[in-house]
Amino acid sequence: MNTWSRFNIVSVVLGFAFLYLPIVLLVIFSFNESKLVTVWAGFSTRWYVSLFNNQGLMDAAWVTIRVALLSATVATVLGTMAALALTRYTRFRGRLLFSGMVYAPLVMPEVITGLSLLLLFVAIGFDRGFVTVMLAHITFSMCFVTVVVQSRLLSFDRSIEEAAMDLGATPVKTFFEVTLPVIAPAVLSGWMLALTLSLDDLVIASFTSGPGATTLPMKIYSQVRLGVTPEINAACTLLIGLVAIGVLIASLMTKRREVQRQRDEQAAFAGR
Amino acid sequence: MTKLGSAIFSRLVIIIPYAWLLFFFLIPFFIVFRISLSTTAIAQPPYEPVFALADGLSGLLAKIGQFSFDNYVWLTEDALYLNAYLSSLWIAGVSTLITLLIGYPIAYGMAQAPRTLRPTLLMLVILPFWTSFLIRVYAWIAILKPEGLLNQFLIGIGIIDTPLIIMNTNWAIYIGIVYSYLPFMVLPLYSALEKMDNTLIEAAQDLGCPQISAFWKVTFPLSIPGIVAGCMLVFIPAVGEFVIPDLLGGSQTLMIGKTLWNEFNANRDWPVSAAVATILLLILVVPIVFFQNAQAKAEEQGR
Repeated sequence: MNTWSRFNIVSVVLGFAFLYLPIVLLVIFSFNESKLVTVWAGFSTRWYVSLFNNQGLMDAAWVTIRVALLSATVATVLGTMAALALTRYTRFRGRLLFSGMVYAPLVMPEVITGLSLLLLFVAIGFDRGFVTVMLAHITFSMCFVTVVVQSRLLSFDRSIEEAAMDLGATPVKTFFEVTLPVIAPAVLSGWMLALTLSLDDLVIASFTSGPGATTLPMKIYSQVRLGVTPEINAACTLLIGLVAIGVLIASLMTKRREVQRQRDEQAAFAGR
Repeated sequence: MTKLGSAIFSRLVIIIPYAWLLFFFLIPFFIVFRISLSTTAIAQPPYEPVFALADGLSGLLAKIGQFSFDNYVWLTEDALYLNAYLSSLWIAGVSTLITLLIGYPIAYGMAQAPRTLRPTLLMLVILPFWTSFLIRVYAWIAILKPEGLLNQFLIGIGIIDTPLIIMNTNWAIYIGIVYSYLPFMVLPLYSALEKMDNTLIEAAQDLGCPQISAFWKVTFPLSIPGIVAGCMLVFIPAVGEFVIPDLLGGSQTLMIGKTLWNEFNANRDWPVSAAVATILLLILVVPIVFFQNAQAKAEEQGR
């Protein structure tokens, strides 16, 4: 019965073609000699050269990378705390409001989040710039971290934690020496998710940013409005390449951990 | 000592993210609502009244007296806003339906795939998430343009003579939304379908149920939680979408996210854009609560 029917194969293949074809075309045309993005005129890397000579884009890329690294790190700490609060301390006052505030940002339209944060910063008289973009990114990406870490915590065998505490470990020690090593892959993928959400964000950054803190998506957006250019294709290809390398390293790391874990388990059994 | 440490640790773990979200997520909504009751002014910030601590209680009350619902009256009087809300809901609804129709066979096919292949397929669905949303929307411009790749291809193989006009129409927006949000639909559907017990279908077929009606009577009803979650994850953000209608839809499209953006950035009318955001939030409260209940139920089951 469990055969993979032709219909199933066709729908999966077509689905993946739809998901990947536009990205592949974009990458191919970034190596196009012609200035016209849709007419192929031979292989060339001239747009990569002109990209690196574009000071505005390079500055924006640097701002984006700094915002993303800082906000992803803070968001991971806060998001992991929130996940612990939701899974380990199930009874506390205002839990319903808390879980509501964690899940709502996942689906909240970006224009609303952006506008409301901007009005907050204006109301408290906080100058807009690098810091405000960072605060905004922490706020919306920490909720994604929470969901990722929470799902790992839910499938976690709590008796290990209880055993550690029974043996006299403090909750803090238990968390850092027992819980954290187990949920580390989830925390890492939460961090990577927060990083890409921040690298990617246009709308919230546009609302909360100020002079001198133009991010790469804002820069790309303003150039795209003027027309599609091969230089932007080149910038996009580099971003895709960076992400692909990151994902590859992460999946290799998890695979190695998995193999190591299995080996350890076998060794443990053999030793008995 | 351990008890005290435990109490402090658990308190901190709750209080720090709680306080953060209260300050940066919940309070801003009240500020949006408050400013939606203000009037536009040529000043910095461009609205009145502005509250200051120096006002004291009487000053505060006097300023609250200046609040007005004029912005909301204005929204109902100008057909532009009503049309923008309605067309956003319509576009998001149609796109969600198309995403479901495309996403379901993909998720079903993935769930039926050989067990060893499934992690790879799952990875392939998640991977586009990691590439920029803006880039993925941008990639479609070169494809959908009148002289773009799709038309070159179709004319090249002789299906059409004159270029299809897709760019700057609602069709471009549907394609953009379906494309960008497809993984959000496939993932919950897949996790619902993958958990399904295949013996149920076999039992139905052994009892003489044809394959297609076994699907409709067994598989489909069991996948409804996945359908609900997927549709909410697509519909809610799509209603307020800005990037897709702005880049693919051209100047004619009316979507509320774009209207809000223009009201704010081009017209610099902060009180009206705050009112637009407040109404949008009210419209979305019902689906958001629906989504949260589904999340809470999933969380309950996971425990």
